Amino acid sequence: MSRWEKLKRNPRAAWAAFILIAVLLAVLPFLADTLLSRSWVRIIDFVLLYIILALGLNIVVGFAGLLDLGYVAFFAVGAYLYALLASPHFGIHLPFWALLPLGAGVTCIFGVLLGAPTLRLRGDYLAIVTLGFGEIIRIFLNNLNAPINITNGPQGVNKIDPVSFGGFSLNQSHQLFDINFPSVHNYYYLFLALTILVIFISMRLQDSRIGRAWVAVREDEVAAKAMGINTRNIKLLAFAMGASFGGVGGGLFAGFQGFISPESFTLIESIMILCMVVLGGMGNIAGVVLGVVLLVVLPEALRYIGPFEQALFGRVIVDPADLRMLIFGLALILVMLFRPAGLLPSTIRKREFEAEDEVEAQNGARA
Amino acid sequence: MKLSHAFALTILAATLGLQGCGKEQTTSSGLVVKIGSVAPLTGPQAHLGKDNDNGARLAIEEVNAQNLVIGGKKVHFELISEDDQADPKTATIVAQKLVDQKVNAVIGHLNSGATIPASKIYHDAGVVQISPSATAIPYTQQGFKNAFRVMTNDEQQGKVLGEFAVKQMAAKKIAIIDDRTAYGQGLADQFEKAAKAGGAEILAREYTTDRATDFLAILTTIKGGQPDVVFYGGMDAQAGPMVKQMRSLGLNAKFLGGDGTQSREFIKIAGADAEGVTASTPGLPMEKMPGGSGFLKKFESKYGKIQIYAPYAYDAAMTLVDAMKKADSVDPAKYLPVLAQIRRNGVTGPIAFDAKGDVKGGAVTLYQVKGGNWVPLQTMGQEAPPAADASPAADGKSPFSAGY
Amino acid sequence: MDIFLQQIINGIVLGSVYALVALGYTMVYGILGLINFAHGEVVMIGAMVALAVINALSGTALPGPVIVLLGLMVAMPTCMALGYGIERIAYRPLRHAPRLAALITAIGVSIVLQNSAMIIWGRQYITFPPLLPSKPHFVAGAAISDLQIFIVLLAALIMVGLLFLVHRTRLGRAMRATAQNAEVAGLMGVNINTIISITFIVGSALAAVAGLMVSGYYGLAHYYMGFSLGLKAFTAAVLGGIGNLGGAMLGGLLLGIIESLGAGYIGQLTGGFLGSNYQDVFAFFVLILVLVFRPSGLLGERIAERA
Repeated sequence: MSRWEKLKRNPRAAWAAFILIAVLLAVLPFLADTLLSRSWVRIIDFVLLYIILALGLNIVVGFAGLLDLGYVAFFAVGAYLYALLASPHFGIHLPFWALLPLGAGVTCIFGVLLGAPTLRLRGDYLAIVTLGFGEIIRIFLNNLNAPINITNGPQGVNKIDPVSFGGFSLNQSHQLFDINFPSVHNYYYLFLALTILVIFISMRLQDSRIGRAWVAVREDEVAAKAMGINTRNIKLLAFAMGASFGGVGGGLFAGFQGFISPESFTLIESIMILCMVVLGGMGNIAGVVLGVVLLVVLPEALRYIGPFEQALFGRVIVDPADLRMLIFGLALILVMLFRPAGLLPSTIRKREFEAEDEVEAQNGARA
Repeated sequence: MKLSHAFALTILAATLGLQGCGKEQTTSSGLVVKIGSVAPLTGPQAHLGKDNDNGARLAIEEVNAQNLVIGGKKVHFELISEDDQADPKTATIVAQKLVDQKVNAVIGHLNSGATIPASKIYHDAGVVQISPSATAIPYTQQGFKNAFRVMTNDEQQGKVLGEFAVKQMAAKKIAIIDDRTAYGQGLADQFEKAAKAGGAEILAREYTTDRATDFLAILTTIKGGQPDVVFYGGMDAQAGPMVKQMRSLGLNAKFLGGDGTQSREFIKIAGADAEGVTASTPGLPMEKMPGGSGFLKKFESKYGKIQIYAPYAYDAAMTLVDAMKKADSVDPAKYLPVLAQIRRNGVTGPIAFDAKGDVKGGAVTLYQVKGGNWVPLQTMGQEAPPAADASPAADGKSPFSAGY
Repeated sequence: MDIFLQQIINGIVLGSVYALVALGYTMVYGILGLINFAHGEVVMIGAMVALAVINALSGTALPGPVIVLLGLMVAMPTCMALGYGIERIAYRPLRHAPRLAALITAIGVSIVLQNSAMIIWGRQYITFPPLLPSKPHFVAGAAISDLQIFIVLLAALIMVGLLFLVHRTRLGRAMRATAQNAEVAGLMGVNINTIISITFIVGSALAAVAGLMVSGYYGLAHYYMGFSLGLKAFTAAVLGGIGNLGGAMLGGLLLGIIESLGAGYIGQLTGGFLGSNYQDVFAFFVLILVLVFRPSGLLGERIAERA
């Protein structure tokens, strides 16, 4: 934080840093492609997608303090909305620019609908109800192929239209200034633009009246109410905003993958997104971004334990497939043990949690 | 922050490791041919995934022992195993990774849900893909010339099963259960279609999940309708307890399943209640195929018991190598046309592909548990298998006339 | 009527299984206010260890129940040690940290246990040898086996034992004091760390029993079995009011019966529009409905709005 303060006071350095980051982000896919491999560009695409999702969940969990274990439902609704309205499944092919806002809008309504019954619930009870909603949505998506075929059930929806602007399809390679832009690169720039937009919205929200109201609700709901905050509306707004980010992410996912099926939207996915938010440092946008980068990149990087063992010991001692997720689990534990408030904790959040902890301990149900 | 530095370093080190391995490798004596093998190696389906991987691995080891010469060069095959966690998103990352490593072909993936999104990436990169176990119909209907499977699709197998239930098992009233996965639901839907067309009455469609262990509730409902046959579309881990629970409820209908049920595991789980259960598997009985029993012996001594799909992964790998040999090239562009026209005997049956990339004819063999072992009953399917008249029930006498 | 009766029996047996696992969640939650996400995996380890012993002995001349008991004798201390270790390593350092931090380490522990089990026992399903009697008795047209009766009785017995432990012993009093207010309990001479450790150890011993029972009842175990079982049990605990022992039992039984009746009758209730594929929707719907009207579960104490 202090480094950030210093940068603020030194506009020239700030600009230099800004330009450096901008240039780095602009050439990142080419760097990754040449230095590592094309699959890493794809991984970076997923990093960006998950930043959008995690920042959405961060509004609910980080800003407003509502533990949501069913966030993947909004991701799923966004993805299916895109898939059903831009695929041969119904023969409807709406353009991307119409689908994205539509997805955001519909998931926003879903957020309010699912949020409304949970307003009275606290902590872990809220968690299990949101978890239930997440499962309910997935089960419906998995089964709505009969009596009327809406979602095509477990078979999923295939041949989803790629994201395109007019005739410019992101699924094809394009030549621009003699540089070849393959499909994953095109999606990178789209995702990057939307990620920056989402980060921007998150930052503005955090500093706004609404953002402060969320903090107030999170810190002490009763006090917030007494101060004249409409806690019901402010909580619903958090659900709605978070959901709409999830919906946007879902739409992007559907267009990017070209095929979606309910198995992409399981409870584990919700838990992973929550891990990203908490591991990085919830409530803190930079922390969330870091959390996403780590948790998306780590399992992929761990695929190279095989070659790594080979290089280190001359042969593969333990089957890398056995070790990969084991190390991932250990990393989760270790990070939390050494940085309990997340890698980049938000300062207010940290204070608040300690306070809440005591209250919860007093209120906690008894054996 | 120290910790994240450590992570960054690990990642950097790991990716540098990759750089060393990512390049085209030619040893001093010849050419290295990379074959990707993808299946879920972690998560709930890891036992099936590892099985596929072992099947492909055995094939590659055997081929390497033959010291093949292709295109005038000695070739060494290298199997690159990857874990797609049965997750569609991970599947695409892994697919891209294999494409980056310039694999000459891919054997995989296991699940249809992972196979379909990955197939787009292989298609764009011109990499040949053979799935040993994806059964969803859309996989080969995407118009991809490079996508094949050595496993019958749901339609082929569901049809055979439906006809078998009506004709051979003389089922009038059938209850259908599926596990709501792409595989189980696909198979059950096709079975229902065929059974209805054959004149049977479908009493109930009941559902479970691929994680469930308790089926008493749906079985109780089914029992009320008194079906002749209960069909299950799903895997052995559910089918086993399901049969046990059926018998414990006093529901004595015959039990019929697909390839997910026709495994040694099923008999182990269901124990004595497995007796008399019928299930199908694509292809011909392994002991009837040249090299079949040899494969079985070698596989079991090396990796233990077959789960389900290892022989298909083995066949997929062998078929690929065969096409490369016949085309005298490991270049996908050159051996792909040969592969599309190939005719050979695999350990699971004769292998040839139709225009879409599905296995031609789609012979399906039905097995029944007798004395704690799967015994082949008969082979059904359009194309006459090499040893068609050898099937025991071909004389039209139903094996079910005795009743049990 | 016999079908309805059968569904109720199915539900009670399934519910007893849930209840037994739910007790483990609720004990830890009652003391620490922590969702011990790894409890399902401890159940799995219990099943795996017991099965390893049972399968090794099943060829011998020992009678079935003795072999099963021996399996339990090994599984129980293993799980107790594991539970103690998990609390010591993954939860204790985070006792004063943000509560979600412990949730994440719990998820991490789950992943580690799952994958360790996969490495140790392999990826296959492990089957339970046919040692236990499973002959059904027919009562008014409904079937019930000895094993099922045993499971229901065992769950009830454990429940009574736990209630006695918590409400009638010194140790139980210390547990309740720690749950009420750990700091004050400490001042009153309760060794909080010991009490919490004991809670985890008792909970994990229950997990071993539950693991053995589940694998024996369904005939198989798998390194991934803990997840969905844990999820169901956790749902049951919340339904009954998490932190309350009676609530876990009630929640478990209710969830079992709801699932059974849901799977059995949802088709008739909705005129054939929804089938047994919506069984879990039905269960979650009931849960949500209960929580909307009783935000702390059926038997959970009402947490007053903070003053």
